Amino acid sequence: MAQILFIVLTVSAVALFSYNLRKIIRNIRLGRPANRSDQPQKRFATMLRVAFGQSKMFFRPVPALLHLFVYAGFIIINIEVLEIMIDGIFGTHRVFAGLGGFYNFLIGAFELLALSVWLGCAVFLIRRNIIRLKRFSGTEMTSWPKSDANAILITEILLMTAFLTMNAADAKLQSMGAGHYITAGAFPVSQFLLPLMPGSESALVLIERGCWWFHIIGILAFLNYLPYSKHLHIIAAFPNTYFSNLEPKGEFTNMKSVTNEVKAMLDPAYTPEETQPGRFGAKDVNDLSWVNLMNAYSCTECGRCTSVCPANITGKLLSPRKIMMDTRDRMEQVGRNIDKTGKGFEDGRSLLDDHISREEIWACTSCNACVQACPVNIDPLAIITELRRYAVMEESQSPASISAMLGNIENNGAPWKYSPADRFNWAGEN
Amino acid sequence: MSEKLNFEVPTMAQMMARGEEPEILFWVGCAGSYDERAQKITRDICKILHHVGIKYAVLGTEESCTGDPAKRAGNEFLFQMQAMANIELLNGYNIKKIVTGCPHCFNTIKNEYPGLGGSYEVIHHTQLIQQLIDEGKLKAEGGESFKGRRITYHDPCYLGRGNGVYEAPRKALEILDAQLLEMKRCKSGGLCCGAGGAQMFKEPEKGHKDINIERIEEALELQPAVIAAGCPFCMTMLRDGVKLKDQEQNVQVLDIAEITVKANGL
Repeated sequence: MAQILFIVLTVSAVALFSYNLRKIIRNIRLGRPANRSDQPQKRFATMLRVAFGQSKMFFRPVPALLHLFVYAGFIIINIEVLEIMIDGIFGTHRVFAGLGGFYNFLIGAFELLALSVWLGCAVFLIRRNIIRLKRFSGTEMTSWPKSDANAILITEILLMTAFLTMNAADAKLQSMGAGHYITAGAFPVSQFLLPLMPGSESALVLIERGCWWFHIIGILAFLNYLPYSKHLHIIAAFPNTYFSNLEPKGEFTNMKSVTNEVKAMLDPAYTPEETQPGRFGAKDVNDLSWVNLMNAYSCTECGRCTSVCPANITGKLLSPRKIMMDTRDRMEQVGRNIDKTGKGFEDGRSLLDDHISREEIWACTSCNACVQACPVNIDPLAIITELRRYAVMEESQSPASISAMLGNIENNGAPWKYSPADRFNWAGEN
Repeated sequence: MSEKLNFEVPTMAQMMARGEEPEILFWVGCAGSYDERAQKITRDICKILHHVGIKYAVLGTEESCTGDPAKRAGNEFLFQMQAMANIELLNGYNIKKIVTGCPHCFNTIKNEYPGLGGSYEVIHHTQLIQQLIDEGKLKAEGGESFKGRRITYHDPCYLGRGNGVYEAPRKALEILDAQLLEMKRCKSGGLCCGAGGAQMFKEPEKGHKDINIERIEEALELQPAVIAAGCPFCMTMLRDGVKLKDQEQNVQVLDIAEITVKANGL
């Protein structure tokens, strides 16, 4: 009976998760094409270094170390989840116990990791809610992103608590020689919980089973929370770093559609290369590339970008984190529209103006500090640039001084109002 | 050491007429051509080129904006128009190697021109200075001594983060035997001067501070005698900052090229 319940729960949880994940992938595919399939080896190496190896986290050593605790715990404790899965399906108990001394080592290591996850999450909660680090506030950090972060941390603490309590009850049952509780595992952490355990066998079994079910149901529920949460980064970080920009950060894309028009203008005999139709730049999420959109799903709202943004530091409206959160919010809104009414539905809203204001996009210095700071290689600058391109090329809307500068380049070949004839005067001057 | 150049700056048109080709083209840039302060840096770069005897030339009045500020502002049309005209000119002169006096020109020509048909070896003038020091062609002798003076270097975004050039400008300063100090936000974590992304040409958005003030406060904490720059836009922003803080008497803002020229008495 327990086995059937377990299998039904697991299958439905995985099915629901795949359903929501497919929706996310569909939303990402709303974006325009971008070629990121070149240099697979370099891409793989980037993914290993940045996502798996957490290399960019260590620019800030304290949170990097705490995050490493949680991350390593997450990755390695998955081996334990494998055992839980097998036990759940076949009704076994500690199926890997046959590994003997190595099993003891594994369980011991899991316990230490569980403790480090527990402590890491506790410190993270303190940083967010008691110390209130500036990085975790800002206009975009409304009540949902804040409770999202707390929900993740509290869930992880509860899961680890259940895991350790389960082990403590198991250890006590083992020492009592109860039923099928064979002697297996080492309990370097949960041994300290032993004094808290009740003496009766039935109560211990209740605690052990209760924690076991809580742990696994918690994991399945958490899995299904990911698609709605910033915590999706634990998955998205990997494709996001794999497909990240390998060119120098200073390089902006050359727009093929514009090259076509410019070349046709200079040479009437020119046959244009094929490009996809559409507007210049981006007004809404489907004008952005799929990479921009995947970036938005990979953002875990840590705020490293915003905390180094020169515009944000000096009190301007622009916040690169907000750019990413707005893009995701708008993309999910468009996704819900598609769910309800099918593709092609216009709700009269757009990313630019309804989510991101002109004041924000024009405050950017394109300094790439946000791109550099992002631990998963998100590029907010690429989105800002596309929005500017739309404003300037489709609408001819820019701050008056920018329009004047563009006019000067067009007329004098310099951003200032000087005559081209005077360009070489510097050589003869005093 | 008069400001005036005691030699003639060769142009590409002259070289072509003589049937010669330069080893390197010096791309001056708009700021370097028109901005009074940047013009001085342009002349200093020429002094260095002349001093070490590299065969170089400039485009003179044939040069035009790379299109960088248009591109950052979102006007890809104007950028590509500028780029294609410049590429036609450069290819027509059979240019192979370019040194720029500005990180923005450097980034644009190096990274964004190849896709439009203009592939050249492009270096920034601080990289040229570093190479010349490495080759032993440039030293720090015969001029003003910077020994023991407090110098801090401000990384231009389009040289540093944009293209990963952090060491060349620092190498050019190390030879001075000065006291080099790093700001807290330096190299890949450097703070922008506030001029990038076409901000140079507009008023900043509403905020509680100007970016160049934030930066200059950080630099002044180190009590430097010299703030070293490598970009004409940073130069403007940093100098404005020093002026607003009323520190002109104590702190000089100098380009790496100017420091090199001073140290060598060129």
